Amino acid sequence: MIDSIYIAWRYVSYNWVRSLTLVACVTLIAVLPLSLELLLDESERQLLSRAETTPLVVGAKGSSLDLVMNSLYFGETLPELISMADAEGVTESGLAQSLPLYVRFKARGAPVVGATLDYFDFRGLHIAQGRNLALLGECVLGARAAEKLGLKSGDHLLSSPESLFDLAGVYPLKMQVVGILEPAHSADDLAVFVDLKTAWVIQGLVHGHTDLTSVTDPTLVMDRSQGNVTATAKLPQYAQITPENIDSFHFHGDPADYPITAVIALPYDDKFSAILRGRFVAGEQPLQIQVPGEVIEGLLANIFRIKSVLDAVILVVGLSTVLALVLVFALSLRLRQREIQTIFKLGCSRLAIARFLGAEIAIILAASALLTLLLLGVVEHYDEQLVRTLFIR
Amino acid sequence: MIQIHGLNFTYPGGTFQLQIPSFRVQQGEKLAVIGPSGSGKTTLLNLVSGIVTAEPGEINVAETTVSALSDAERRDFRIRNIGFVFQDFELLDYLNVLDNILHPYRISRALRQDSGVRERAALLAAQMGIGDKLKRRTDALSQGEKQRVAICRALLPGPRLLLADEATGNLDPRNKGRILDLLFEAVDAHGATLLAVTHDHELLPRFDRVVDFAGFQQTAAA
Repeated sequence: MIDSIYIAWRYVSYNWVRSLTLVACVTLIAVLPLSLELLLDESERQLLSRAETTPLVVGAKGSSLDLVMNSLYFGETLPELISMADAEGVTESGLAQSLPLYVRFKARGAPVVGATLDYFDFRGLHIAQGRNLALLGECVLGARAAEKLGLKSGDHLLSSPESLFDLAGVYPLKMQVVGILEPAHSADDLAVFVDLKTAWVIQGLVHGHTDLTSVTDPTLVMDRSQGNVTATAKLPQYAQITPENIDSFHFHGDPADYPITAVIALPYDDKFSAILRGRFVAGEQPLQIQVPGEVIEGLLANIFRIKSVLDAVILVVGLSTVLALVLVFALSLRLRQREIQTIFKLGCSRLAIARFLGAEIAIILAASALLTLLLLGVVEHYDEQLVRTLFIR
Repeated sequence: MIQIHGLNFTYPGGTFQLQIPSFRVQQGEKLAVIGPSGSGKTTLLNLVSGIVTAEPGEINVAETTVSALSDAERRDFRIRNIGFVFQDFELLDYLNVLDNILHPYRISRALRQDSGVRERAALLAAQMGIGDKLKRRTDALSQGEKQRVAICRALLPGPRLLLADEATGNLDPRNKGRILDLLFEAVDAHGATLLAVTHDHELLPRFDRVVDFAGFQQTAAA
């Protein structure tokens, strides 16, 4: 057997281009379905574990999936906005604690999550470096976000404009990084957390500027009447919140009308949960309440339906590749006919010839298996990240 | 060394027929077989080595009735007792010189490879003047060197009979003479018998005996 393997190894290494092509083909057939399986398992784990620990989500009527994906995984699709009054409504019902979320903006590609400090307690997020949010204009980074953005406590981070063509829009806000979170192995790791008010500053609903009563440049003032001063668009607004200008930041309008994307509702018990859900079902209000676990299970059912289609496609591709490999080996046998004839003349049995060819196939398969294991190891190592990049956006 | 009696051979489904009433080769003899293409020279080598069998007829090689052996027994007999030297050398390009020489030991369980065999292979290569080329790939060798490797491969198991099928056919005149010298020296040194099919009539005087197969066949047919 050692001789067969030796001869086969010599042949395989001599014809290394052909051998590598065969190994690549076999590896691909094996790696594709297996890594897909791994990634789907991981996505199921990530999606379900987070969904199951989030009792209820309240948001505007519309796509329940968009609402849950945005609220739990900070997905890119923005649901219809609701207001802070809706969050207060949940609290005032006495049935649940409310955690308002405003997940709309981005900073260098990372989602900016406007939340209250209660959110950190709810998700069990702990500060690894620096401190938690305390002042307007501060942000705390998830572990992976900090790593990806190359930021540490004390650095600054600019919010990104919603659209490059929004010329009349707000200026990016330069936020100060005050803390980095411990890894939570969830969507929180990739987020930039800010206070809700800071999120509204990014939107321009809360802003700070020079005291208009002391402005002397007439081009900055549009109207002065009955003690009110109306500024022109020329009036510069602060793009960074500092101890010197923080007092100038102010709301316009009723904060209860300020937008949020969702409210995570934490019912005090199952009975309250049922009552709360009932109110939303029965009510005429433009809101929906969702159990994230149920929404995600629906999504997973769809994913697995798609997976079965993918499996069928991979099976067909695999079969055609196997046929191609059989053809390659058959052609190779034809090319080696003289060699086979020679060793047969020398005294080699047909069984021994079959052993050499078997050893050659075994080497190709073993190399493919090794490469497959290696690649699956890499996929497994990065599955959390890959799932975030490929599936949960 | 070789005795053939009453042999009548036909390839299955073919029209070619070879009839040999009697044919003998003495131990240690260097016999050349000549004849036109298609006269059955290569078939004779295949019959003697047991690659094909004839019915009726009896073939004895080295006191063994080859025609009475089973397929597996004929293979084992062949690899132990008969060395082949082919016209196109039939070396394997994916093996180096040493591996080519050792190849018979790797393709059959009838031969057992040990350190003694490897030493003998190296010694044989040195005697053939290719001792410094053991690790070279065969496609880096000259035609003459390739044939030396093929002779080493044929001689390593210590065969009692050496079958050469146009062994000098692909060599230039200078190499033909040198390779034939080497073949004869090796046959003498190993006490073997040589049965060589050849078209090189200028080499014939160097053989102990020459059999014109066309004539032989004619006689046989008559």
